[in-house]
Amino acid sequence: MLRYVFTRLIYTVVVILGVSLLVFVITHVIGNPVNVMLPLQASEEERAQLKHQLGLDKPLSTQLKEFLAGMVRLDFGKSWWQQEPALQLALRRVPATFQLVIMAFTVAALISIPLGIIAAYRPGSIIDRFLTTTSLVGVCLPSFWVGLLLVITFAVKLGWFATSGYGTYRHIVLPVVTLAILPAGHMAQIMRFSMLDQLNQQYVTTARAKGLDEATVVFKHALKNAATAVLTMGGMDLGRMLAGETAAVEMVYAWPGFGSLILETIARQDFPLLQASVFVVAVIICLINLAVDLSYGLFDPRIRY
Amino acid sequence: MSQESVAYLTPTSRRQRAVSALHRLWQDKVAFFAAVFLLIVIFSTLAAPWISPHDPAVGKIGNRLKPPAWMEGGDPNYLLGTDQQGRDVLSRIIWGGRVSLTVGFVVVGLAGAFGTLVGLISGYFGRWVDLLIMRIVDVQSSFPGLLVALTFVMVLGPGQWNLIAALTFNGWMIHARMARSQVLSMRETTMVESARAIGCTTSQTLFGHILPNIISPLITTYVLEMAHMIGAEATMSFLGYGIQPPQASWGLMIGEGRVYITNAWWLVTFPGLAVALTILSLNLVGNWVRTEFDPLHRSRH
Repeated sequence: MLRYVFTRLIYTVVVILGVSLLVFVITHVIGNPVNVMLPLQASEEERAQLKHQLGLDKPLSTQLKEFLAGMVRLDFGKSWWQQEPALQLALRRVPATFQLVIMAFTVAALISIPLGIIAAYRPGSIIDRFLTTTSLVGVCLPSFWVGLLLVITFAVKLGWFATSGYGTYRHIVLPVVTLAILPAGHMAQIMRFSMLDQLNQQYVTTARAKGLDEATVVFKHALKNAATAVLTMGGMDLGRMLAGETAAVEMVYAWPGFGSLILETIARQDFPLLQASVFVVAVIICLINLAVDLSYGLFDPRIRY
Repeated sequence: MSQESVAYLTPTSRRQRAVSALHRLWQDKVAFFAAVFLLIVIFSTLAAPWISPHDPAVGKIGNRLKPPAWMEGGDPNYLLGTDQQGRDVLSRIIWGGRVSLTVGFVVVGLAGAFGTLVGLISGYFGRWVDLLIMRIVDVQSSFPGLLVALTFVMVLGPGQWNLIAALTFNGWMIHARMARSQVLSMRETTMVESARAIGCTTSQTLFGHILPNIISPLITTYVLEMAHMIGAEATMSFLGYGIQPPQASWGLMIGEGRVYITNAWWLVTFPGLAVALTILSLNLVGNWVRTEFDPLHRSRH
């Protein structure tokens, strides 16, 4: 187990390093932030001066060396947009997104998993057909559009919630609902599919034949085996959403989270902040993947690390 | 059921099979209407210059923010209302569909071709080639696509072709995975063995014998990815990093209409409906294609 975690952590470090290098190459070789930061009519002199100030006039190898040396110390330099350490700035925006995504995920799981089980238990029933349709529609709707429709209906027309911002329950309900739709749809689909699969297995017939009560058969035997598939899917969604895939929805609700920070970073071509954000994203994704992989063992005792 | 399985066992002509496939599509009402909707969308985007009622890029300021025709204050000339510059929303949806569908189609074409090729190679050669390619696929697909696409566009600048490049870079992995898994199941068959035995070159075996036999499940992925990519285009354009004005795209229309949600709900509602219905229809048709190509899957559900 420890050995497994250790190899995984080493792999994680390699991935993070690789991704950071890729971003460094893309930004420093092709990109030119000076053009974005200065007005069009800026003189050559001003451009050169800013380039010098940002350290972009040094040879590429020196820049790369400085970047790697900084990364080892978790120092990505100061954000160009706001004069403070980039990693601090990025990390400060993470909790707001966590709050949103964790709540959305809880809602999604509480709704979709029981419904998925019921639907798989009675395939072809009204609940099953309802769930199959709604979960497909759910994964097809663009989330930022759903967000806007919810704002129009519940904030503008009915006035129940605030249109955007951060603070009270009036601000958090709509973004949570918006973000819950996609993972709910995914998890309901997977739960139904893998539960259906398990309930048709012979061990279920055996369990019933030896007189176990239905609840034990469904929840203890079948569900435990079906859970890993849901865990995989849910983990993937969770990782991506925590890592800023929520950007469009955060923009709709003006939510001061990590996703909207990434949008700011892109808009301002802030290299240090982008590097720090990419680092945070990679760490989040790798940690969630590790957690998901380790939790397989809870459901399937055949898996040993 | 018994008739259907017989139809699979007896050799039939290509035409007969096409007719019976259409017949089954008609029986699956949901998939049928999804297919009809897609045909309407494709037709209207192809025929945009002739059927769009107004110029999508030019509007009269005097006509700005008119509600849809059936509402109070609506103008029958502007069925779905007008936007902040007095442009006709319906015409912009028709023209925007052109852009959105083109992006989806081109991206799936490029990413599908590249991914399938890589997957074929990975599955066929195995060993370290496979290991290396699959590691790249794993790492790249665990990373959020949005961030990668945004970084690309930040460096290259926004616009239709840069967006296509970014989405292709994000979209090839799933095709590689699919092709690889199919090749793995084909590689050890007697068919491949005999192809090699009679002296087929590697590329003849790969493209002449393996690819035609695995293309059906891959087509399902192409259709479903098309839906995915149209959604990604919409998100990127909504954020302002995709299609640029004065061009119209569904996502861009939603982005531009966002400012006016307090008084002009139709600006975001209708283009979004176009995106949502197109994605939904592609998914329904994709699922139908899957069951159509996989008789085992059909008999199970």
